[in-house]
Amino acid sequence: MCLGIPGRVKATRDEQGTRMATVDFGGVTKEICLEFTPEVTIDDYVIVHAGFAISKVDEGAALESLRLFAAMAAFAPGPVDDRDEAEG
Amino acid sequence: MKYLDEFGDPDLARALFDQIDAVSTRPWAVMEVCGGQTHSIIRNGIDQLLAGKVELIHGPGCPVCVTPLEMIDRALVIAAMPGVIFCSFGDMLRVPGSHGDLFTVRARGGDVRVVYSPLDAVAIAADHPNREVVFFAVGFETTAPANAMAVNLAHRRGLRNFSMLVSHVLVPPAIDAVMSSPNSRVQGFLAAGHVCSVMGTAQYRPLAERHHVPIVVTGFEPLDVLDGIRRCVLQLEAGTAEVENAYARAVPEVGNRPAQEMLLEVFEVCDRQWRGIGMLPASGLRLTAEFADHDAELRFDVGEVRVAEPSRCRAGEVLQGQLTPDACECFGKDCTPRTPMGAPMVSSEGACAAYFQYRRLDPSAVRS
Amino acid sequence: MTDRHAEVEVAVDGWTCPLPLRHHDRIVLGHGGGGVLSAELVEHLFLPSFGPAARTATATDAHVLDLDLATGARLAFSTDTYVVRPLFFPGGNIGELAVYGTVNDLAMRGAVPLALSTGFVLEEGLEIDVLGRVATAMGHAATRAGVQLVTGDTKVVEHGHGDGVFINTAGIGLVPDGVDIRPDRACAGDVVIVSGPIGLHGIAVMSVREGLEFGTELRSDTAPLGELVQAMLVACADVHVLRDPTRGGLAASLCEIAETAQLGIEFDEHSVPVPDAVRAACGFLGLDAIHVANEGKLVAIVPASSAEEVLAAMRQMDVASEATIIGRVTDAHPGVVVARTRLGGTRVVDRPLGEQLPRIC
Repeated sequence: MCLGIPGRVKATRDEQGTRMATVDFGGVTKEICLEFTPEVTIDDYVIVHAGFAISKVDEGAALESLRLFAAMAAFAPGPVDDRDEAEG
Repeated sequence: MKYLDEFGDPDLARALFDQIDAVSTRPWAVMEVCGGQTHSIIRNGIDQLLAGKVELIHGPGCPVCVTPLEMIDRALVIAAMPGVIFCSFGDMLRVPGSHGDLFTVRARGGDVRVVYSPLDAVAIAADHPNREVVFFAVGFETTAPANAMAVNLAHRRGLRNFSMLVSHVLVPPAIDAVMSSPNSRVQGFLAAGHVCSVMGTAQYRPLAERHHVPIVVTGFEPLDVLDGIRRCVLQLEAGTAEVENAYARAVPEVGNRPAQEMLLEVFEVCDRQWRGIGMLPASGLRLTAEFADHDAELRFDVGEVRVAEPSRCRAGEVLQGQLTPDACECFGKDCTPRTPMGAPMVSSEGACAAYFQYRRLDPSAVRS
Repeated sequence: MTDRHAEVEVAVDGWTCPLPLRHHDRIVLGHGGGGVLSAELVEHLFLPSFGPAARTATATDAHVLDLDLATGARLAFSTDTYVVRPLFFPGGNIGELAVYGTVNDLAMRGAVPLALSTGFVLEEGLEIDVLGRVATAMGHAATRAGVQLVTGDTKVVEHGHGDGVFINTAGIGLVPDGVDIRPDRACAGDVVIVSGPIGLHGIAVMSVREGLEFGTELRSDTAPLGELVQAMLVACADVHVLRDPTRGGLAASLCEIAETAQLGIEFDEHSVPVPDAVRAACGFLGLDAIHVANEGKLVAIVPASSAEEVLAAMRQMDVASEATIIGRVTDAHPGVVVARTRLGGTRVVDRPLGEQLPRIC
């Protein structure tokens, strides 16, 4: 139910009143509907499911997650309780 | 691929495994409620690597698995009607109804077409004004907005030949049903990331409170799944029962407002049958009266389709995490991926199909 | 039939029209009837289009080949039928597939391919021009693969009962003395090699299939593998198993070998070469690259002691320049193929049950 993958918006256009985009998934492009993500513009990353962008990728949050994982990898094994700094 | 590959990094995964190890004082049982997460777990061997520490129970998160038998049978009847172009996502073609599946209908001359998006079905309707085009609208909340938009567009463009056979299901009632069951062994949940991209996280708070279980909104790449599990275990160790968002890059707390508005416009909540589980109140979506013209169930007379599941199939218990597939007496004998008795054996994300893979392999035989 | 091929560049020359066929621009039932129309189709379309590849073809009921059979040489014989849709796709077409596919099946037994028969089932209404392009592609492919197209047949079915063109090719080849390549020959300890990046053909075809269209620069890897196999045999006469991973992909080939040999196969996922664009397409379609068809690749199982020489020989050839070791044959888990994931876990690899279908789950 959840097969959604990130892609980059390369171009947008209007098709009969519906906002569409050409999204690049890394060498493969597909026409995707942007009606649910009106704030998205060119070069933004979106999560795409069944031909629709359902979410704009929050790049800051992505980097934050990776930073956290890298911190875990850097320190010797010992519990890291990050819930105080959780972005949720 | 950006925002994908980085979340599969083996070294960072190792660090997350170590963290889960470091924080656990006892084994825990966590359920993931999403076929996509089940797929990721199996594909990457995550459940194996956590064996003995965290048991991953595969929940009813595969819409293919839970689409009721009578809905499949209705689909088969409609798809077989002359002149109908029946469009569906690929997952649904192999799901067995009472007499065959959509492949069988295609073999007998039915025009059954796989589409990637419901918009493709709308385009087919526009291209074939003299044919009835029916789209099989299954899925959880992730897919519902796409299907809503499709019928909305068809309506606006006056495509009277387009209709949908709707069998949408909602996640929160499923979690409620699993936790309300007296035999449930589930201690924590990984909520479906992309469902929450659409719906946000608020719906899960009452569930966390009522059943006192931590619910962590989780993504699909290996690091996402591991981080979701890690946070769940941290809560279990601490005895808390909160809703946490471990997939913030794709899940805003409020979800996707335009998508939610489209859902409200096109669908309304209704009771739904879940294959193997039974009827769950307020657990599904159906078209509102305004879109009744595009409701395939009203447009086509499918006759009286009342079926009973084969009584020996225990999919319901498996889907609720009460029975492991290999403990079912049919497993591997009458019920295999080639001859499935129930949906969890059909779908590649189904728990039974997943276990079938591992049953063939003695873990000690694989060099580590 | 929609004219899909117009969007795709077909890199063949010699489209100059053979003597005009009698007032037809489309196939009619009569072209399969065995009479004048059929004869015209052979004489004015097939033979000129096949070109030098049909130099030795005869119009007799059966074609007799004069074979100079060396001692111990054995005849290899294979057939396959090609039903790909659309007929023309990025990087190839049904004609090339029909020739290379059977040539490669022969090569997978170590045979030097000699000759093919070509059987056509055409749909009434097929444009003659399209058939001409297919036939010309077959002629070029046969010449490139070093085989003759020596005999054939054509039947025509009513409109609506075919996909335009179905082609069957049957081929014969000679297996040199001492060459014994088949799944049973796999031994525990043998090395598993794949000749290059996987998933190209299946994804290229899907990208132009109605309902799924997506943009990509990926092209099918359709290619003949006979020369590659001969080069490998020079490096190591004792190649144990060869398989071309067509439908069902790499996974299906490995599973078939493991089951037949009743041995286990283990491979490392990250060592299997998958082009980024294939990975991306599989990502949004929900497919696994190891289940996607290839038409210019092979899997080889060779004794560990010969692996380096075989690899070196393979990498000399364009069609296998990225050949690489992906795993090994083992006594453990007989009949089962296991992949080690990037994370260090394992998963059992199975064949796809049927057609590869895009998922939403």
